[in-house]
Amino acid sequence: MEPIVQYKDVHKSFGDVHVLKGINLDIRPTEKIAIIGPSGSGKTTIIRLLMTLEEPTEGDIIVDGQNLWKMESGKGMKKASEKHLGIVRNDIGMVFQHFNLFPHKTILDNCVVPLVNVRKMKKSEAVELSKQMLDRVGLGDKYESYPTQLSGGQKQRVAMARALVMKPKIMLFDEVTSALDPELVGEVLEVIRDLADNEDMAMVLVTHEMDFALEVADRVLFLDEGVIAESGTAEEVINESDNPRLQDFLRRFRGE
Amino acid sequence: MFDSALNILTYLSQGLWTTVSIFLAAALFSYIMAFVAGLSRMMKNPIIRGVTAFYVEVFRGTSLIVQLFWLYYAVPILFDIHLGSNWIVGVIAIGLNYGAYMSEVVRTSILAVDKGQTEAAIALNLSPVQRMRHIILPQALRLMLPEFGNYSIQILKGTALVSLIGLTDILYYGDIYRSTNLSEGPMAYLMVLIMYFIIALPLIWLSKKGEKIARKGVAS
Repeated sequence: MEPIVQYKDVHKSFGDVHVLKGINLDIRPTEKIAIIGPSGSGKTTIIRLLMTLEEPTEGDIIVDGQNLWKMESGKGMKKASEKHLGIVRNDIGMVFQHFNLFPHKTILDNCVVPLVNVRKMKKSEAVELSKQMLDRVGLGDKYESYPTQLSGGQKQRVAMARALVMKPKIMLFDEVTSALDPELVGEVLEVIRDLADNEDMAMVLVTHEMDFALEVADRVLFLDEGVIAESGTAEEVINESDNPRLQDFLRRFRGE
Repeated sequence: MFDSALNILTYLSQGLWTTVSIFLAAALFSYIMAFVAGLSRMMKNPIIRGVTAFYVEVFRGTSLIVQLFWLYYAVPILFDIHLGSNWIVGVIAIGLNYGAYMSEVVRTSILAVDKGQTEAAIALNLSPVQRMRHIILPQALRLMLPEFGNYSIQILKGTALVSLIGLTDILYYGDIYRSTNLSEGPMAYLMVLIMYFIIALPLIWLSKKGEKIARKGVAS
């Protein structure tokens, strides 16, 4: 199967800080990938580049055959225009650590506004679809609530519904449980598990929920100092790798 | 004493409509200038940004009276540009002056909206115009309300300057009254103050309400 996303020697620097030092990664269309690693290793940056929230300093990201950050021009490739980005990122969705719901809109409208404006859907259809999705994440009784009226776990489930109604082919999860109270983590992971089991889209999870990541992911990447240091099934990465940095990370993670 | 106060009020009220009409027109014009300049200053195009910055700094950096005199006395002679009656010149001068100040309110309020809002809107693939219109501006507007209220009160007070280019507003009638009834001068000016204050009351109430709206509903 052709990969839906390819990173080709991607580098990213913020000022003098070289965060990503040559990422090569193929993501298959239905693959569920978990990215783990110490904080500051560049995990989040990898998916932010794909969502077009940051621009790579070097290298190419190919989405469904199209170069994300560069486009054809008369003489070779040039920097992508806003219009080009809009076309290529159309199949990508993202859920954020801090939810980023639109506080001035009801949770129903949080879903409806992008459907109507981006997918050009009729209002009535958009409402119908959004309600179905909110039902699915367990918020069927909250359509007219505003984000401030919800708990953190509920907000994150709305954020997932909002990303899902757009029917992305690739869903990115940026530490989506890190900002939640511990007792609210479970309900959010439940939704992700449902998606991982029942949806065909590719999923990339940047996470600190190690056990969960290992359970749902087809492939686990260990990112360390800006490179993918280990890659394989959960079994391979956790139990069979003899990478000392990984062993150290896992030990610290388990509090040993 | 009470009779005299009432007398003066009736006399001053001849200027009421001039003050109120200039205030309303200048406020509307300054709001429009605030948005045009505030948004222009955030555009990528360096020429638009430069021209706007020039406008804002010139009008913030010089006094309103001088701008008023320039537009009314100097510009027609120097450039043969006639902006119209003194009412129109008054509205334009006040509107441009306060529009310059308020454009900074528009700009900083837009910048104050959480960056995560823009990122979520990008992730949903809203276009730059859609992001501004559906996500950023509605939230920025709430942040602007209290400052817009404050500046509206300032604009009302600023209208008193138009008596200097011959408009017959409240202050103009106050001056006339004092010059014909010298002993009642203090009372005349007291009534002028009271009249401006009464017109400002609804604005004060509105800006309090604006503050309340600004406080709630923005944080997620």
